[in-house]
Amino acid sequence: MMELFVFVVAAAMVLGGAIGVIVSKHPVHAALSLILTLFGVAVLFVAQQANFLAAVQVIVYAGAIVVLFLFVIMLLGVDRAENLRLEPFKVQRPIAAAVGVGVFGLVVAAVVVSRDARTAVAGTGLEVAAPGGGQLHDGNIKALARDLFSSHVLAFELTSVLLVIAVVGTVMLARKPRKGELQGSES
Amino acid sequence: MIASLHPTTTWYLILAAALFSIGMVGVMVRRNPLVLFMCVELMLNAVNLTFVAMARKLGDIGGQTTVFFVMVVAAAEVVVGLGIIVAILRRRPNATTDDLAELKG
Repeated sequence: MMELFVFVVAAAMVLGGAIGVIVSKHPVHAALSLILTLFGVAVLFVAQQANFLAAVQVIVYAGAIVVLFLFVIMLLGVDRAENLRLEPFKVQRPIAAAVGVGVFGLVVAAVVVSRDARTAVAGTGLEVAAPGGGQLHDGNIKALARDLFSSHVLAFELTSVLLVIAVVGTVMLARKPRKGELQGSES
Repeated sequence: MIASLHPTTTWYLILAAALFSIGMVGVMVRRNPLVLFMCVELMLNAVNLTFVAMARKLGDIGGQTTVFFVMVVAAAEVVVGLGIIVAILRRRPNATTDDLAELKG
């Protein structure tokens, strides 16, 4: 009963926020709706025993990514309302809605058809058991860390390289070119 | 009746499908590049939700590890994408995604 209640509330948060993102005229409102969706997804993560990922979801997505979005919106001064009535291609929205409903229907059909095909296999396990055989309160983090640092340690190291490259590339992209550095280009 | 209902994996997968579809419609409809990025984030979150639901269903922690990597790549993607958007919008304010078609050579 409790799980059903949590699911319904979190699903309402997720879907309401998602619709808010795509219908709000103002980019700031879209970013705030995105926060609502991300919190709803974090609640669903907790309901599915992914406690560590829920914490990372709140810290990284809601704390860093959306704040970055808001910074860019405010700094660039693009925080004025967009005229959503303006529609350059008349058929764009009906086609987009049709494709969206079609993809949703296809995925739901695939999920429902394969509902009985997903059988539990012997996996690594979501929790690490305590020495006495009981459940650890931080078993999820331990299980995740054991998997991450044993079988995926190379990928984990590569993500650090990826982050460094992203930071350096962004600094190069975003800085203002000095005078005299742009000989031959138009500005 | 209602008390016996229990959210199964199928519910989570259908919710993720709905979230993904909404994000996809947003990418196709919206014209502000920033809002476009937010819709891409919606789609990434839908896929993350699918991974976590299947990790629980199959009892395999590998799904959660994948979500961890998806989050790292999404953070890097947002940083680079916003850098590009800042560089474009600084030169031409109020550029929409249609104007960005002029980027092609």
